[in-house]
Amino acid sequence: MVEQERFEHMSILPPFDFSVQSSELAVREALQKLLDALGPLDLGVEEAGTVELVLAEALNNIVEHAYPDQNTAGQIAISCKHLSDGLHFKVVDQGKEMPDGQAPLGMQASLDVDLNDLPEGGFGWFLIQDLAKDVSYQRVGSANQLSMRLAVALQS
Amino acid sequence: MQLATKTEEALRIVSVQEERIDAAVALEFKDAMRVETDGGPDTVVLDLSMVEFIDSSGLGAIVAAMKHLGTERKMALAGLTPTVERVFQLTRMDTVFSVFTTVDGALAELRH
Repeated sequence: MVEQERFEHMSILPPFDFSVQSSELAVREALQKLLDALGPLDLGVEEAGTVELVLAEALNNIVEHAYPDQNTAGQIAISCKHLSDGLHFKVVDQGKEMPDGQAPLGMQASLDVDLNDLPEGGFGWFLIQDLAKDVSYQRVGSANQLSMRLAVALQS
Repeated sequence: MQLATKTEEALRIVSVQEERIDAAVALEFKDAMRVETDGGPDTVVLDLSMVEFIDSSGLGAIVAAMKHLGTERKMALAGLTPTVERVFQLTRMDTVFSVFTTVDGALAELRH
């Protein structure tokens, strides 16, 4: 009986993971791999856009800040699990620790300013915090672990 | 970074010929925009109809391109695809630019 229930709640998408060597172009490669892997869920434009945007921001942050020196850049490991409340992601790198040991809150910058004072950056963490749920960052040994949930492909 | 530029009725129309404006090409995009807009007409229409994805770096580069025009000139956006439009809405940057559904719509509104 219990086995039967579990089976009914299983996703058509088994958990998967992959790694890329950190670089600006690797982010594109990783996003393409990810969207291909999510193919069986047949996400709509909006949900696929959410996944691509949030993961792009998380990966760009790692490339820019965790591995700022391309010569010593390491791997970025991405794992994904589809549960009834959405897609659970874990992104792990071996780079520099996040400042203050925590994920930025991603506050929205004021746009009620002169042209020259308009923000050109800082949107990344805002988008992650706005679109993702249960965002959690941990430094574990020499690794950065970011986990988050995207409430897409929900299973009732 | 491929941009196609034309000038119509004192409007500079710059069409981005790429599917993505992301961190990998943000600097290149900013530089290319300077080349296409420096010394041109006061109003620039940035046609994004071919662009399917921008990230925060791409958004920052578009803001930088507008700031580079200065206060005497202006930039309008046209042809935002759904995911691109969403990034502008979420960051409320759609309130900073004039946003038009199509390039033709932008021209009709801005040409006088």
